[in-house]
Amino acid sequence: MAAKPSEKLLRRVPVRRLPPEVRRRTFDEVSLGYNEEEAIAEAGRCLKCPSPFCIKGCPVEIEIPAFIECIKKGDFSGAIAKLKEKNNLPGICGRVCPQELQCEAECIFGKRGAPIAIGALERFAADYELKKGVEIPEKAKSTGKRVAVVGSGPAGLTAAGDLAKLGHDITIFEALHLPGGVLVYGIPEFRLPKSIVKAEVEYVRRLGVEVKTNVIIGRTLTVEDLFESGCDAVFIGSGAGSPWFMRVPGENLNGIYSANEFLTRCNLMKAYAFPEYDTPVHSGKRVAVIGGGNAAMDAARTALRLGGEEIRIIYRRSRDEMPARAEEVRNAEEEGVTLELLANPTRYLGSKEGWVERVECLKMELGSPDESGRRRPVPMKGSEYLTPIDLGVVAIGAGPNPLIAQTTEGLKVGDDERFIVDEQGKTSRDRIWAAGDVASPEGTVIHAMGNAKKAALAIHNHLAKRASA
Amino acid sequence: MNEITEVKELAQSIKMFKVRAPEIAKKHKPGQFVILRVHEKGERIPLTIADADSKEGTIMLISQEVGKTTKMLGQLRRADKIPDLVGPLGKPSEVERFGQVVIIGGGVGTAVAYPDARALKKAGNRLISIVGARSKDLLILEEEMKKTSDELYVTTDDGSKGHHGFVTDVLKELIDRQVEIDRVVAIGPAIMMKAVANITRPHRIKTVVNLNPIMVDGTGMCGACRVSVGGQTKFACVDGPAFDGHEVDFDLLMARLRTYMEQEKIAMQPPKTNQAGR
Repeated sequence: MAAKPSEKLLRRVPVRRLPPEVRRRTFDEVSLGYNEEEAIAEAGRCLKCPSPFCIKGCPVEIEIPAFIECIKKGDFSGAIAKLKEKNNLPGICGRVCPQELQCEAECIFGKRGAPIAIGALERFAADYELKKGVEIPEKAKSTGKRVAVVGSGPAGLTAAGDLAKLGHDITIFEALHLPGGVLVYGIPEFRLPKSIVKAEVEYVRRLGVEVKTNVIIGRTLTVEDLFESGCDAVFIGSGAGSPWFMRVPGENLNGIYSANEFLTRCNLMKAYAFPEYDTPVHSGKRVAVIGGGNAAMDAARTALRLGGEEIRIIYRRSRDEMPARAEEVRNAEEEGVTLELLANPTRYLGSKEGWVERVECLKMELGSPDESGRRRPVPMKGSEYLTPIDLGVVAIGAGPNPLIAQTTEGLKVGDDERFIVDEQGKTSRDRIWAAGDVASPEGTVIHAMGNAKKAALAIHNHLAKRASA
Repeated sequence: MNEITEVKELAQSIKMFKVRAPEIAKKHKPGQFVILRVHEKGERIPLTIADADSKEGTIMLISQEVGKTTKMLGQLRRADKIPDLVGPLGKPSEVERFGQVVIIGGGVGTAVAYPDARALKKAGNRLISIVGARSKDLLILEEEMKKTSDELYVTTDDGSKGHHGFVTDVLKELIDRQVEIDRVVAIGPAIMMKAVANITRPHRIKTVVNLNPIMVDGTGMCGACRVSVGGQTKFACVDGPAFDGHEVDFDLLMARLRTYMEQEKIAMQPPKTNQAGR
């Protein structure tokens, strides 16, 4: 290990953010990122550990000390080139990865002080390149092999980018009218500006990938159609687009949305700018968001920006078990969102006209750990209480859309309706791979990307073997 | 892609569009729909595919101008393109040889009933069709339904054509006359489908309705279109749009259809009022 760091080195260069009172009513990005001076100062803290742990914490194994070293020297182009060796979407990852659970969790500084702000530095390098103009790396010679990629979210974009760089002919099929998947319909503008998504999709396009929007695999075309049209392999990254509901009484009242619907209306359809944009969304004064993940934080903070006054996140476990990114929980609380922990809705009560008016919750306490390793919430008998609300958002998770499984013979799914895949993302069907939320339950952008990279490599090896056979 | 090849006004503010969409035309089955957007800032709306010609590579859409999006769609002409069009969506209708089928189309619902009627006829059913509208100027596809059906009844609320009254009056009369009915397919306003289901329920006549809830993506992604069928929540876009009429909670459907009534008005106000409204 390197020399003992001084006290000053233990502290991180803070990332500037819009002040809470300013950002509560705007969809502008909250985090302002580092300028060059701040980035160089923060990069200067890195000890360049000879056997760095941070890389092990990164699902796509970015050579973190190497890119940080470039920033330290002021070689920002070198930094982005290093990042893009492993990650086609650094501007996105720098913003939405739960770094505190991954690379930054492994940083040696974390033991006594603040870990290096790896995420903020990644974002800095990506934004630097976007301003300067994105360079397209040299691609391998064309192999003449065709791969269809289903879905243009983090998994699809990653697999497509990697395979295109390796010289394959890639077409992405996207069901919605814009590419990006959850990055455009799910994650709000204030956390991930759509201009960043657009730029990184554009980068993948410039690698030679064709993106076809408005095509639903399983309806417009089937996976069999893709093979019949000459594809040599198919990668499925169709995500977890099917929202779960709690199935409690009153959940279909007007004014109760799934997080997917609420966020899709606001992000993809830009309902916050209604009537300039045609899609409407209901805002509420008193809003209950159910769940403790990133979608719950996003929905709560969106409701606030739509004019909400009293926003509560109702979560059945305690703060420690919340799956949301720590920074987003902090952002939400700073903005005035209340966490109502250890509580779970039991029913909704509505008006004669069918609009939600109140939510009834039951208090919970934590019991012994469940299969996820988190302590199981146990209802406290007779603890029901009512809260007046005029908007509810159910953000308890989502499962895969069943269309592809239903229309593709021999493609096996598990009890959770996700495709059964091996370590490399290979499904039960010949020539079909899958990654991201459709194949594994981690639910983060970066895990989807990490698994998509493995699958892309496996597809490449498969195609190379067939070419030489 | 998505080029309009023909526009025809079927009735007052009801237009038929033929659109070049070869992939959708090839895959389409009766009962399925598309989602479309008419401009960059537009809403996604569902429209049933009234007909498809896989050889020509076109689909036929019928739209009644009721809101901003359908009014803007109504402005499109031949050679214009629909910017975003995706489908075919939803489960195809159940088509078998049931025997004698009564098919009911109310208002623009007839556009949805028509492809079902043709498929049912082709499958060997005897078809009794009841087509209704507020007045004779709003009747659509009367000739087409007549050609497809063994018997056709027309009703208008104002008595300007056919039976003076509702489609349900004719259905009741058929049941009273003890006409053998193996299946009823009813497509139209929620209130009409509810009335039909209430009439057939005591007689235990299998009744299929085609629901028209609000949708966003149309692929099962948002749950805007959730309906209650037999006490279970279903997504009309992927589990439907056809359901057992005796199991559907129509009151819930009607309440949910009113979700954006206020916003629908705002969307059609002049811009100045819009700003104040915000």
